[in-house]
Order: sequence, then C-alpha cells, then structure tokens
Amino acid sequence: MTTEAPGQAGGHISPPADHAEKSRTVVQRIADLRAWLFLAALIIGFEVWSRVSFGGSFIVNPYNITSIAIFAVAPLLLATGQTFVIISGGIDLSMGFIMGLAAVVAAHVINWATPTMGMPMAVLFGGSVAILVAMIPGCVNGLLVSRLNVPPFIGTLGMFGVARGVAFLLANGTTVPVQNSFFSALGNGRILGIPWIIIVTAIFVLVMHYLLSQTRFGQHNYAIGANAQAARRAGIDIRSHLLRLYILSGICAGLAGVLYAARFSAGAAQAGEPLLLDSVAAVVIGGASLFGGSGTILGTVAGAFVIAVIQYGLVFINVEPFWQFISVGVVIIISVLIDQAQRRISGGRQSE
Amino acid sequence: MTPLLEVRNLSKNFGPVQALNDLTMHVAAGEVVALAGDNGAGKTTLIKAISGVYRPSSGSIRLGGEEVSFSSPQEARERGIETIYQDLALADNLSIGANIFLGREPMTKRFGFLPVLDRKKMAQAAKETMALLDFHVNRMEAPVSNFSGGQRQAVAIGRAVYWNARILIMDEPTAALGVPEQRKVISLIHQLKAQGRGVVFISHNLQDIFAVSDRIVVLRRGVMAGERRIADTTHDEVVKLMIGG
Repeated sequence: MTTEAPGQAGGHISPPADHAEKSRTVVQRIADLRAWLFLAALIIGFEVWSRVSFGGSFIVNPYNITSIAIFAVAPLLLATGQTFVIISGGIDLSMGFIMGLAAVVAAHVINWATPTMGMPMAVLFGGSVAILVAMIPGCVNGLLVSRLNVPPFIGTLGMFGVARGVAFLLANGTTVPVQNSFFSALGNGRILGIPWIIIVTAIFVLVMHYLLSQTRFGQHNYAIGANAQAARRAGIDIRSHLLRLYILSGICAGLAGVLYAARFSAGAAQAGEPLLLDSVAAVVIGGASLFGGSGTILGTVAGAFVIAVIQYGLVFINVEPFWQFISVGVVIIISVLIDQAQRRISGGRQSE
Repeated sequence: MTPLLEVRNLSKNFGPVQALNDLTMHVAAGEVVALAGDNGAGKTTLIKAISGVYRPSSGSIRLGGEEVSFSSPQEARERGIETIYQDLALADNLSIGANIFLGREPMTKRFGFLPVLDRKKMAQAAKETMALLDFHVNRMEAPVSNFSGGQRQAVAIGRAVYWNARILIMDEPTAALGVPEQRKVISLIHQLKAQGRGVVFISHNLQDIFAVSDRIVVLRRGVMAGERRIADTTHDEVVKLMIGG
C-alpha cells in the first residue's frame, strides 16, 4: 500500500503505484521454463551415463535424436490438441481412440482407393477422409460440452467408449494392413535426412502454436479457461468456441492416427490407447494447469520430449522398461509441485 | 438539457411477481446516481433492464432523448452503457490490455500477411486508459491476478472508459474490497463524473453513497420510495425511505 491522503470525499486518491518485484518474476520465469529445465537435466543425465558406461554420446547422435523425435510424434500431436482443451478448463479423454479410429479409417480408405486413384491420390484422399471422420467425434464432444453442459470429463469419456467400439468394429478386431507403398514410403521416408512425419508434425505444431498464442481463438481460449462468465459478458460466443475447440482436438488426434498408419503401414484401433495419458502428462509437465487458463504449446512440446527422452533413454541405457512409468510419474508430480510453489510465491489469486 | 439516460414508467414482472412498478428516473451527464433499497427492492432488476439483460414489461428507456430497446447486453454496450459487475468480469490470467480488449481484440499483420493479435496496441491503450484513471502500471504484460482488488476494479472501469461508455452501471463496486481500496474506487467514480459520464451505482453502504453521489433513488418493493439530492438529505431520512415508515 502506498501512503494515502486523508480520505476526504472528493479528494482524489491515486491507486497504489505498481511494485514489480524482481524476485517474483524470476521465480515465475523458472516455473514457466520448468519443462525445458527437466529436459536439459534429463539429457545431461543420460549423456553422462552414456559416456561413463558406453564411452559414446547419447545426444550427439543423429540416430538417437531421430528416434526420440519419432517416438514423440504421436503423443505430441495428441498433446497439442489436449493443450487447447485443458487451457479452456476441459479435458478430452477420447483422443486416444479417435486416433485409433482415424488410423483404421485411413488404412481402409487408402486400400479401397488405391486401385482406382493411384497411390499418391489415394493417400491424400484416405488421409483427408480419416481426418474428417476424426472431426465427427470431436464435433459430438463439442456439442455435448457446449450445448448440453455435459462436463468434459464425462462427455469425452463416453466418446472414448464409442470411438473405441467403432474403431474395433471397423477394423474387425484386428490390425488393417495398408497395401500402398507410397504411403509407407511417406511414413518412413526422409528428406534431407529428416523423416517426413517429423516435418509434418513440426509444421502442424507451429501452426497450433500460432493459433494459441497469436489469434483471437487462442486468446478467448485462455479467457474461457480463467473465467467463463467474464468471457461470456465480454461478448465471446462460448458455445461456438467450445464446439470448434473439440473439433480441433479431433483433428489433432486424426492427424496422429494418419501418421501412425503411415509409419506402420497399418491401421490399429488401439493405436492411441497408451498415448492418451501421456498426452495429458505432457501438457501438465509443460506447465498447464488442469484447472484451466494456463499452458503453452511450446511448454507442451518440452513436456512431450521429456516423456520421450525418459522412455527412449531408459531403453538406451538398458534399464528395465518399467522404470519408465515410475520416472514419468515422478516428473509429473514434481512438475505440479513446482507449479503450486510458484503460485504460492507469486501470491497470485487462484480462480475460485 | 436532455438527460443522458431516462427511464420512464418502467415495469417488469416475472410471472405474477411485480419486480419493478412504474419507475421513472434519469441520469444527467456528469451525474452520479445511487440506487438504494433493501434486498428485493428491485435495484438489480432496474439495472438489468437498463443494461439489456431483461426486457422491460412496459415503459421506456431513452438515451439522450432517443427511445431505445436492447435485446442483449451487447447492444446496450454498443450504445455506450457499460455494466461493471460486483464479481469483476475479468479473466485473471490475461494482462490489463487483453482484458480491456477481451472479445474485441485488435489484429495486425506480421510479415505483411499473417494476422496476429496486436499486443502492442493493447498494451499502449491499456497504459493510456489506466493513466486516465490515475493508475500507473509498468508491468503491462502481467496477468491481472497480480493486482489488488481495487486495482482490478480499476481495470474493469478502465475497460468501460476505453470503449467510451457514456453511462456506467456499477453493482456494489466496493462490496468485495477493503477500506482503503473502497476509497480508491470512490475516487475513480469522482473521475468518471469529472469526465462527464453518467454513473448509476448500487450500494448498501450509505457512507459511500453520501461520499460520491449527487442524487439517491430509493426503491422499496419495486416502486420508487423517494428521490433526494444528497445535499438535502441525511442518513436517517434515507434509511427511513428504505425500510418504510
């Protein structure tokens, strides 16, 4: 509080000047960057281990880097969609099976179209159809959440079941192989040494970063997550925003499904099953709050890489794979603890 | 002189409940009118009718002499009636500028083709607007959750000022604040008055009402119980009007 003139009616009292505390901003910076710090610590840790026990480098090794990036592709794509949804204060549990559904649809449609359209056109057609199909459950999620006020957790849990069932029905309970060499060439091919699917993912993630950080859609997403009532009063059409939001989430899952099918030349209904919780973890490690209102795509990228580095690194140094679960779990908990400590220190009001 | 805002014979009923009955009042430019009354007296119904949330059952609302009818708060806002809610309609995680422009964000082009949010413009406008309210901020990019209750109230008022509200309606603007913060809001209202805007504010706090308003309109059970110039009345008289007797 600043000193005030005696509060005479009519005498003007200026609101207190703004005291920016340097230490507060430093703590916030560190908390904002925690995913990148985790990532750096992990890479240094694995690097040291690798040099000591194998005498080789872990990270200065194009093979390892590419493998980690390929590992991260699907969880990252799901996590970018999830970032938008979590910032708005929701969650999308159906993404994993929407990804599986898209993979199966892509496989079927490409197989069906290849004889008539030729290979490249069939791939384009099949990929587009798969992403369009992935938008349907996203649209239903959006309608449930925005029009019928179903809590996102429940609405998307229902869609989780529906998408799962439909995906397995379409796949006849098995994996659908793709007979299209152009597709598998895309899924495993490289340009200038960089795999296609990494390039596609990187471009997509950049576009999503732009959408979240530079457009009205992104800005409204943050506002709705912090205070939906304020957003409504400010004239934001929350219903149509939420509808578009869940459709976007479906598109992310759809793209992940198509890239999965390309990489493995097959569509599998369970393609995304283990990735859903990884995607939520990536978002949380990346600095988002599950209460909504905070998070960034860049943070999520770091979060997805933290998980990928842990998973790949532990295999690389020959540790039993079950340690992955433990380490990812510990990182999630530490990440949330840092977030809460930062909130306490910065003294920011938590939204009720 | 035509008053800024005129309410004529306004009635509003919800089914059989008559929330507001044949109420007539006005607000002139540079005037602060307090609405007082016990709970359920119809204060909130009245401001909601003025701000476009409710449609009146009968009667009319005039802005600068011209009859208006709002079908949404958005329309009222476009005509210069801005409402500041008790529970602060701010998005806590966004900066002052982003809050001022919430829902109407300015865009600019980057690299000549890519539309992006014009954060510079938002920050600049926020800085100027807040300076108008004698509230000087350096951290334009800090989220409003970092500011105190009175400062946040100032941001809400700043939003109305930026969008050139001619009439500000405030529902209990001081209710959630500590005493020093309350005084700041009162001083903000003085500034709005000095800028020639009309202010309607609801308060339960007679001290605030006497500190800032020119006139007081007392409602009781949906009807006008009395209207006094602040200079000509006392706390006791207002309380009597409120409770009847």
